[in-house]
Amino acid sequence: MKEGLLLQLALSFAALSLVSIGGANVVVPEIHRQVVEQFAWMDNTTFSNLFAIAQAAPGPNVLLVSLIGWHVAGVAGLAVATIAILLPSGVLAFAAGRLVARWADTRWIAIAKAGLVPVAVGLILASGIVMARAADHDALGVMITAATATFVLLSDRNPLWALATAMVIGIGGARLGLLA
Amino acid sequence: MGDDPEQQVSRTQLFLGFLKIGMLGFGGVAPWARHVIVIERRWLTDKEYAALLGIGQVLPGPNTMNAAIMIGDRFRGVTGALVAVVGMMAMPLVILVTLASLYASFGQMPDVQAAIAAAASAAAGLVIGTAIKMAVKLKPTRLALLFGAVAFVAIGLLRLPLLPTVIVLMALSILGAAWERRA
Repeated sequence: MKEGLLLQLALSFAALSLVSIGGANVVVPEIHRQVVEQFAWMDNTTFSNLFAIAQAAPGPNVLLVSLIGWHVAGVAGLAVATIAILLPSGVLAFAAGRLVARWADTRWIAIAKAGLVPVAVGLILASGIVMARAADHDALGVMITAATATFVLLSDRNPLWALATAMVIGIGGARLGLLA
Repeated sequence: MGDDPEQQVSRTQLFLGFLKIGMLGFGGVAPWARHVIVIERRWLTDKEYAALLGIGQVLPGPNTMNAAIMIGDRFRGVTGALVAVVGMMAMPLVILVTLASLYASFGQMPDVQAAIAAAASAAAGLVIGTAIKMAVKLKPTRLALLFGAVAFVAIGLLRLPLLPTVIVLMALSILGAAWERRA
């Protein structure tokens, strides 16, 4: 049972590793679909809580995947999930680094970038919407999402400030009975 | 690769440099990566780093991680690349496991539940805000805007399966970009 679970984690995240052009946040909707809907490893609330914890920790966004592995299968799950999301893209980066050093054609890289980046940005926005749907259960949640988005858009301050403020507001809201 | 005789960066230096980048990367690694690699340690010039990051961006995976692999390989080959990755992931993983354990122990307290729920809403807003900011900074052409919008609607609203949708969209978008620049 456990081996099957680890294998499933490895296969799912290794496949996603190869399409995560633009980083892990690009594939969050697909991770959500598989983890919550397809395999039912956790419910919506747990998923959005893990997402919040991963965002609060330092480091690359792939940490969400590490955390899902941990939640599903403990330390072994954490290790398998982390390696699965990092290894395929890492090997590709390694190979590309060597190729590009030899035949650097900046024109084609510029074209690839011009084509890929807009799609990646659209996908990151999609991730945000999917996460908002999973996380926002009431008007206060929607307001916090909108306020944080505005904060990030208008200010270059560390977004952890927004996360911390939101947590204080959330506790206050719950104490005042604004949250169900 | 490019064993630049002028510059020797040891595996220990690579590890410690990327350890620092990973540790400081609260709210995003990218600004710290540039600071440590270009300004503090002078492993690369700004232009070289921008080029590596650009390649990292068109590849799958986190672009800073891809850049770390290429930098590690450049100075110390395969082991250099491994050392860079392990260095960058070590502290974030420790902090993450600590946070997750705290959550497992205290997650049932009403205040903690309220705080985490609010943080989840904020984290979603953070991603939305970042995406909009990137879109603005990009100054997209009409075609780029179209592909970005289609990607958003297809995955965010229609929830189409990611793999085939992304492969098709990215291929078309690159062709479009090549066509746009042809003139």
